[in-house]
Amino acid sequence: MILGAVATTGDPLFSHGMSLTVWVILVIKVLIVFAIVLVSVLFMVMYERKAVAVLGNRYGPNRAGPDGWLQSLADGTKLFFKEAFMPARADPVVYKIAPFLALVPVFVAFSVIPMGGHITISGITTRLQLADPPWGILLVLACSSIAVYGVMLAGWSSGSKYPLLGSVRATAQMVSYEAVIGLTVASVVLETGSLHTSAIWLSQHGPFLIHWNIIRTGIIPFCVFCIALTAEMTRAPFDLVEAEEELSGGFNLEYSSASFALFYLAEYANLITGAAIITTLWLGGPDGPAIAGHHIGPFWFALKVLILLYIFVWIRATLPRMRYDQLMELCWKRLIPLALAMLMIDAGFQVSRIWTVVTVAGAILGLLLLWRAIVVGRGATAIESDYARATGLRSHT
Amino acid sequence: MSAVDSFINFFKGFLVTGRVPFQPKVTVQYPEVKRPKPERSHGRHVLNRYEDGMEKCIGCELCAGVCPARCIYVRGADNPPEAPVSPGERYGFVYEINFLRCIHCDLCVEACPTEAITESKMFEFSFTTREQAIYTKAELLVDDDGKPKQLPWEDWKPGDDLNTSAWVRATSPAGAAALEGVPQWSGELGYGIRPAQPGQSDPEADDVSADTDKSLREMASSAMKAIGVSTVRPRRSGRSS
Repeated sequence: MILGAVATTGDPLFSHGMSLTVWVILVIKVLIVFAIVLVSVLFMVMYERKAVAVLGNRYGPNRAGPDGWLQSLADGTKLFFKEAFMPARADPVVYKIAPFLALVPVFVAFSVIPMGGHITISGITTRLQLADPPWGILLVLACSSIAVYGVMLAGWSSGSKYPLLGSVRATAQMVSYEAVIGLTVASVVLETGSLHTSAIWLSQHGPFLIHWNIIRTGIIPFCVFCIALTAEMTRAPFDLVEAEEELSGGFNLEYSSASFALFYLAEYANLITGAAIITTLWLGGPDGPAIAGHHIGPFWFALKVLILLYIFVWIRATLPRMRYDQLMELCWKRLIPLALAMLMIDAGFQVSRIWTVVTVAGAILGLLLLWRAIVVGRGATAIESDYARATGLRSHT
Repeated sequence: MSAVDSFINFFKGFLVTGRVPFQPKVTVQYPEVKRPKPERSHGRHVLNRYEDGMEKCIGCELCAGVCPARCIYVRGADNPPEAPVSPGERYGFVYEINFLRCIHCDLCVEACPTEAITESKMFEFSFTTREQAIYTKAELLVDDDGKPKQLPWEDWKPGDDLNTSAWVRATSPAGAAALEGVPQWSGELGYGIRPAQPGQSDPEADDVSADTDKSLREMASSAMKAIGVSTVRPRRSGRSS
């Protein structure tokens, strides 16, 4: 087993055409990616519970298995053995399909994530990436859009008002933040010049950190993307969808047993896929220094994902939940203009650096002058009205 | 500048939680580690013996009479002259406590004239049937060392059963006239006799060994002061007959 450093364009697996061996290897790769996501969900549930406990000065679950690490497995097993209850007023077909609509896109999105360079096992070389379609990053965006249907239909088909309210919130929230994600991803695509996820990480290959998109696109699109992705995944502090206080649970309120477990799975798989997407788009994917001559792309990839996941948990442990109007205001009034501006600046940089700097500096100067003019104008009005009040004269307003 | 301030404060919030992992944890790992219980905590009952092995219970049924939850059932019987069970005329022939009903108010302990029934500090007994909930005399009675029996569903470790027999009574213990009206641990024989608490032997004395109790009392008195209740008893100035 040899790990290659940098993948060239195109998977070498397909270089000799499709044969039975290639098909078998493809199926094995599909299974491996599936297993990776499933196992990392089990891990993530425990990781989050442990981390949020540590951040709250507690131990977290530490009874089941070694230091409690089998707790999520035990919980999952318990969930699958519970009674599968369906409300009488639920729409049976949609009700049953919805969890899968939430789950499948997450797995599909993970398939385009590059997790390292090449791997060579007994003469067959393949990439550590399941699929590399020429519209790779669009697939990710599409999948996160389809996942909205899972949430929306789950709430609607439950035949109950609280899940419906939760799903309405979720849908509006996810659709809104979809726009922000699209705009920030466009910055990366502009920088890379390709929609291939592999091309995106290959273009970041080079000197450590400096060549990563987080630096190359300016740090703002990265921050905006992270905020938007947190909201897109309906994580804290944007988890209004699951506001227990108002909705007593959220869109998955009427779900139990296996179908509830699927939602739970989707939520955490979403988190892992999200962290993987951030890593791929902004943090150089599996890019990192080789240790002792060995290219350990998967290690760097996993490390970056783990750190990102910890930050997600940290955010959850720190920030209180936002109000719905604040959520929408943040998206439409702050993030979208910011992302749009950064997209234009990044596009300008592709054309001419000097002119972009000049234009942006001019725009900022103009805005500052305008702001100053407004302040002075307001001050003058205030003085005038004060004078009018003091002298008893009527202001001419 | 308030916008900049709030932006900085936003990240200060992350420092607050970010510092926590480096602080010592306050959680007590319960079944393995147990916090010391309060001095006067009420757990399950025991029926005590004298040093010579005689049972203290004389079957007077005062405990059953005083019990507000009516969870005690006692029947006395005359002591067999050749092999007396208790030093008195009668002894507790049947003694049952239903722990599904018991509220651990300790009134039975107060009522008992011979200090036969006392409450231990053991509270971890999770029985699974109603039969197990009813502790009979065989289960309540201590062994010859004065130690309580450990039943299969009770979870306690050696040392948890200390101080099972001593108890606080409001009346003069052991008939000593000098201590009339002073609450005190009984000085009777049993497994683990406790030292006097502050305010027992001498109301003004400060006992270092019972700081928790003292601080609790201080907390209580300050809380009562805060809501405007005087903790000092109003003195009766002259009697209006």
